[in-house]
Amino acid sequence: MSNQLLKVSLSPHVHSGNSVHKEMYGVIYAMIPALLVSFIFFGLGAVRVTLIAVASAVVFEYLIQKYLIKGSNTIVDGSAVITGILLAFNVPSNLPCWIIIIGSLVSIGVAKMSFGGLGQNPFNPALVGRVFMLISFPVQMTSWPKPSFMNFSLVDAETAATPLAIVKEGIKNGESLTDLMSQIPTWTQMFIGEMGGSMGEISAIALLLGGLYMIWKKIITWHIPVSMLGTMVLFSGALYLVSPEQFVNPLFHLLTGGALLGAIFMATDMVTSPMTKTGMLIYGIGIGFITIAIRVFGAYPEGVSFAILVMNAFVPLINTYFKPKRFGEVKKNG
Amino acid sequence: MLKTFPVGGVHPPENKFSAGKAIETLPLPKTVTIPAGQHIGAPTQVLVKKGDTVKVGQIIAKASGFVSANIHSSVSGTVAKVDEIFDSSGYRKPSIVINVEGDEWMEDIDTSDTLIKDIKLSQNDIVKKVSEMGIVGLGGATFPTHVKLSIPDGKKAEYLIINAVECEPYLTADHQLMMEKGEEIMVGVSILMKAINVSKAIIGIENNKPNAIQHLTSLAGKYQGIKVEALKVQYPQGGEKQLIKALINREVPSGGLPLDVNCVVQNVGTAFAVYEAIQKNKPLIERIVSVTGKSVSKPSNFKARIGVSADMLIEAAGGLPSDTGKVVNGGPMMGKALGRTDVPVTKGTSGILIFKEEEASRKTIQPCIRCAKCVSVCPMGLEPYLLMTVAQKGNFERVETERAMDCIECGSCSYTCPSTRPLLDYIRLGKFEVGKMIRARNQR
Ligand code: SF4
Ligand code: SF4
Repeated sequence: MSNQLLKVSLSPHVHSGNSVHKEMYGVIYAMIPALLVSFIFFGLGAVRVTLIAVASAVVFEYLIQKYLIKGSNTIVDGSAVITGILLAFNVPSNLPCWIIIIGSLVSIGVAKMSFGGLGQNPFNPALVGRVFMLISFPVQMTSWPKPSFMNFSLVDAETAATPLAIVKEGIKNGESLTDLMSQIPTWTQMFIGEMGGSMGEISAIALLLGGLYMIWKKIITWHIPVSMLGTMVLFSGALYLVSPEQFVNPLFHLLTGGALLGAIFMATDMVTSPMTKTGMLIYGIGIGFITIAIRVFGAYPEGVSFAILVMNAFVPLINTYFKPKRFGEVKKNG
Repeated sequence: MLKTFPVGGVHPPENKFSAGKAIETLPLPKTVTIPAGQHIGAPTQVLVKKGDTVKVGQIIAKASGFVSANIHSSVSGTVAKVDEIFDSSGYRKPSIVINVEGDEWMEDIDTSDTLIKDIKLSQNDIVKKVSEMGIVGLGGATFPTHVKLSIPDGKKAEYLIINAVECEPYLTADHQLMMEKGEEIMVGVSILMKAINVSKAIIGIENNKPNAIQHLTSLAGKYQGIKVEALKVQYPQGGEKQLIKALINREVPSGGLPLDVNCVVQNVGTAFAVYEAIQKNKPLIERIVSVTGKSVSKPSNFKARIGVSADMLIEAAGGLPSDTGKVVNGGPMMGKALGRTDVPVTKGTSGILIFKEEEASRKTIQPCIRCAKCVSVCPMGLEPYLLMTVAQKGNFERVETERAMDCIECGSCSYTCPSTRPLLDYIRLGKFEVGKMIRARNQR
């Protein structure tokens, strides 16, 4: 018998090497393409917003963690950085600093830490922050700078409405949809990201890249994005088929108003989405449906943020009713 | 597309360092310590006392009851004592210590290597003999084999499923046995088929052992009704329920047995032991043990007598490295950590696995980030994060309704959790408490 001291613990004795750190940094890497596109089209304004949002999110998390909760320090896990970037993604690049900081405080302080921190919050923190800002500062939150390629001057750029807002306002004022569609950017511009909008929502291609990366790295699964976007297409497609003069086509819905940003980065937030595959599908379908309903029949042009928050509220219920299929489930008669 | 089970599963690094290493027979030890209970079920009744002389293969402890297994001496010599001695569980268990003198076998054991294909015994006699010879499941669970072979009235077996997946990383004992004792295994499988009266047997082997698949497939042609099936590598495919699902797409009902879907599952090592018992009259007195690990200088597959000290095997594999932090009896996913290395090899020791200090400790537990990874890897369709939470809260009624008793303790959930939460530890606690509740209910 050797006299080495042996560790005794229960099986399993090996671990995959997955870590919260890795998951979170995986999400951050996935956000880089969209971040770059926002820098390219919105210049230094976008850089400024990102830095302020991330820094304030991290600082608030640190302070609350240290002085209010007095728990272990979770800054290193990167989740506050994600919330910061997502917050930046959801606002215009010309938003005043102080509004960003307030948004960040609401996201981290109210939506995350007051529920007990990482893993405990029922609502997506960045979305809570965004909706708070949207309601409190509607003017600043909906004046978007016009995208201009590689323009890094600090002069305030002109503003431009988002395609969704153009269409929604236009229809309200009785303009014809054909006229309106000629005012919006081309499909290619929308696909690349040359359009007015919040920083992170503009470029479909960059967002899709990030999404594929996360699926490849097994950080997210396809279920939520596909069911959400699929439902949006089906619902808006049905309306479009009924009356093409009155409703815009489904592709437009997909490429505008943060649909992809929501589907790929917001709805898939692991903390606030369901735990089973079926649950995820139901959740995605719910978000897609509510989004189109708000866009077409509601007061706001976008809808994605509200739709996700509404479905966040249903997650505990979804988790209760949509269990995984148990192996060897015995069917009970009657 | 290769077959596998459809729900859950993980793929840990295989690290099969001892693969392809020929089986070495360990030299005879000076003493052996043979625990009187090495199986799941009722303890045995010790038949020898201090001073008795025994031969190799002589029965030294007798099964008490049906779910129990005889124990035979693995050496010849004199009984030094019958006492409570530490075994691999870390507890003292009644054990028989024998001082080895020579190597004298019981006369009726055929120690030659000649292959005997002809199966002379009848169905009933096979089961009886398997029981006499103390055969238990050698995959690690050590359930008495004759119990599985005794089909209760009203039930019927249709398939014999042979578990040769060896899905635990590191371990290679079964693999090497298949390469060296293929014919014997085929005869063993035929004997098992006769014992449960089935015409079909499927040997499931994971695709990371192509030479074993090829070897056994070429042999299977000569035997009636035996088919070899290659499976996609996925842990825990060696779980009975997962293996049946993968091979014939039947789902053993919750709380049920393989026989409920007309299957009997046996490990490939058990098939070999059955061959030796029936054709060679040899009781279960030795087994193949892999000794392996990243730091082990000579990863090996040994044929070891039951009762030799694990120390001796580790020595034969190059000695215990100085940076060792943990020694595991069995595989890395389901094996048990040993508190000390002077414990005996038993019927259930499929491997001795050595971990370096830095591999041995667990990482800090983080809060659950609700990533759902544990749910998606659970092969039983459970929600480990939820089971842990309710077990932690002491809500054992909920632990039961969330089907904790279905958990096969494969460890996939703990393995995969990014927050390194000790999910299975708490699920075990939950199962333990639920087990108490169920027993109390049944008594009323
Ligand atoms: S809950 Fe049990 S069966 Fe499911 S993964 Fe964990 S250990 Fe395996
Ligand atoms: S794998 Fe770990 S972190 Fe993820 S849901 Fe399960 S318990 Fe929570």
